[in-house]
Amino acid sequence: MADQKTIKRKTFECSGKLKQVMADHFLELDRASQSGDSKIAWCSSVGPAELLRGMGFLVYYPENHGAMLGASRMAADVIPYANAEGYSPDICSYLTSDIGAFLQEKTPLTKAYNISAVPRPDVLVFNTNQCRDVKDWFAWYSRHFNVPLVGVHTYREIGEIGYDQIKEIAKQIEDLIPDLEAAGGAKFDMDRFKEAVGLSKKTSQLWRACLETASAVPSPWTFFDATIHMAPAVVARGTQAGVDYYEILLKELKGRIKGGIAAIEGEKHRLYWEGMPIWGKLRALSEQLSGLKACVVASTYCNTWIYEQLDSAKPFESMAQAYTELFIVRDEAYKEQYIQECHDLYQFDGIIFHDAKTCPNNSNNRYGMPERLRGNTGVPALIINGDLNDLRCYSEEQTKTNIEAFIEQLEEGMV
Amino acid sequence: MASPIFTGVDIGASRTKVTILDPQKNLIGRAEKKSGTDFSDTAVSCLESALKMANRSRTDIVKTVSTGYGRNNVTFSDRTKTEIGCHAKGCYFHFPKAITVIDIGGQDNKVIKLDEKGNRISFKMNRKCAAGTGAFLEEMSMRLDIPLEDMDSLARKATEQVELGSYCTVFSATEVLEKIRQGKKVPDIVKGLYLSVIKRLLEMDALGDTVVMSGGVVAYNPYLVKMVEERIGREVLVPDFPQYSGAFGAALFAMEGGI
Ligand code: SF4
Repeated sequence: MADQKTIKRKTFECSGKLKQVMADHFLELDRASQSGDSKIAWCSSVGPAELLRGMGFLVYYPENHGAMLGASRMAADVIPYANAEGYSPDICSYLTSDIGAFLQEKTPLTKAYNISAVPRPDVLVFNTNQCRDVKDWFAWYSRHFNVPLVGVHTYREIGEIGYDQIKEIAKQIEDLIPDLEAAGGAKFDMDRFKEAVGLSKKTSQLWRACLETASAVPSPWTFFDATIHMAPAVVARGTQAGVDYYEILLKELKGRIKGGIAAIEGEKHRLYWEGMPIWGKLRALSEQLSGLKACVVASTYCNTWIYEQLDSAKPFESMAQAYTELFIVRDEAYKEQYIQECHDLYQFDGIIFHDAKTCPNNSNNRYGMPERLRGNTGVPALIINGDLNDLRCYSEEQTKTNIEAFIEQLEEGMV
Repeated sequence: MASPIFTGVDIGASRTKVTILDPQKNLIGRAEKKSGTDFSDTAVSCLESALKMANRSRTDIVKTVSTGYGRNNVTFSDRTKTEIGCHAKGCYFHFPKAITVIDIGGQDNKVIKLDEKGNRISFKMNRKCAAGTGAFLEEMSMRLDIPLEDMDSLARKATEQVELGSYCTVFSATEVLEKIRQGKKVPDIVKGLYLSVIKRLLEMDALGDTVVMSGGVVAYNPYLVKMVEERIGREVLVPDFPQYSGAFGAALFAMEGGI
């Protein structure tokens, strides 16, 4: 029978370092926002961060702030204010919680770092590779602060990516330079840019190595750990701080494997998480799954921040390639193949698809993929309905029962 | 000394059911009641009625398994199983082959697929809306001001097809008002409501060859099963006392002591 004890996650020794990296990131932004000493670019999470770093901008990621609003459960209180401004409850709840929080002059940065407000942008930079919502989201702030909004429009839903497509996106990235210079960035310096690309690549390689330690049986960490430890891969990519952090984390993970330390004692089931995290319920889900001896060993979400295509010898082109070859940009056939390859590596015995009400872009269960994957790999899937931030779309009781029943199903299969 | 007995308790969102099995897996006692607000009290009172029917006492119980929304509130339970597992178990006992179980509960529906050995291949629970569940029919019986227990006989008298298209219970209620305004007859509307429940069920998952239906709605609305048969063009199997399938499955788990 599925054991129902809930078990807390094991803490990492490097958690203190993680807190430091994040504190440095936000405090530096806050100082710059107040003093005006450095220019600040807001960037979508898979936007052209390396170029911004290369032009001397400090980079702030609103999606990271969105995730903090979700994890701190502030989202539920502030989303309605954005809804009331005409931003539908059906669109991205990062967007609605972030704008709602701004309207209410609230931010989780206050409690975490004693910072009273998000940093003021000098320019907003998006890439539509992930969705259109980021552009509409940033457009709101562009109007509010009266600062320029620039970005890259990427092809969507693509299988094979042609050289012409990469060239065209690379051109779009390069074409941002005059606007960024006008917005106060330093004069474009190719060497500095290449350095940022190189550091970003290194961060990616280390992050991938960290994630792949979960192919060990038992796994040294879970998806729930990774959602926390991935923060520097998002906000500190293109910096030495990002590289340094993942060297430390990787060492600790390897140490866990060597010492036989499992994230879940008596790991019995290995799962894949497809879709967005449910930020406000990470702990509850993690504890329930631990109690059931189920370890979520891999996820599409955490894998997103791997950009190994980056190459400082051809920075524009390689950036275009890295940010277009992403899972979220691709067609169903590619995505299916990708998850099958993850299955080969991580040897999971079940997949949890999170159908996030407000993010169709990350809800890959909607076009029959769970059924097709089951047919191809024999791996059963569970679909849970929820949302990244809007817990009005989530039934905790129903989800818990579904997860418990899914583990029962996997156990029956083991008899 | 009396032979041992095994108990299954299913605390659903709407009703609580208790079954008692003898070692030969005969259903010798059963009871059901509104779940109310004190699940643990309701479970005890159902247990007492079921024991009375079986003419047994609590000391004869070897093991109890509880299931359903309130499964963790049963003080006398030895362990819990999900309602998905229990409905599957209960239905497979009656029809031991590859089956698709459709369970219509008070607040959720389940479609569970089992292979010929009774192992679950997949399951789906309905999403967040009550549309298609017992709660939907309850709400509509109130709107139409007809007793819930009269719905089945009314639906059988329908002469005209009334279509209700909406996903949502509130929208459906508006549609019902619209039909009344148009002068549609109550039996036709009730049949339309059944049809709407069936549509919600059939869109949940593709069905296998052998379909079994369980749950309280099936027990009290047998005409709905007949309509499903017409819709899918084949016979639908229904166990005895379909409202007890979950509790029956729980009692079987109690007997197994296995997973
Ligand atoms: S990908 Fe989804 S969660 Fe991310 S910004 Fe776009 S809509 Fe929001």
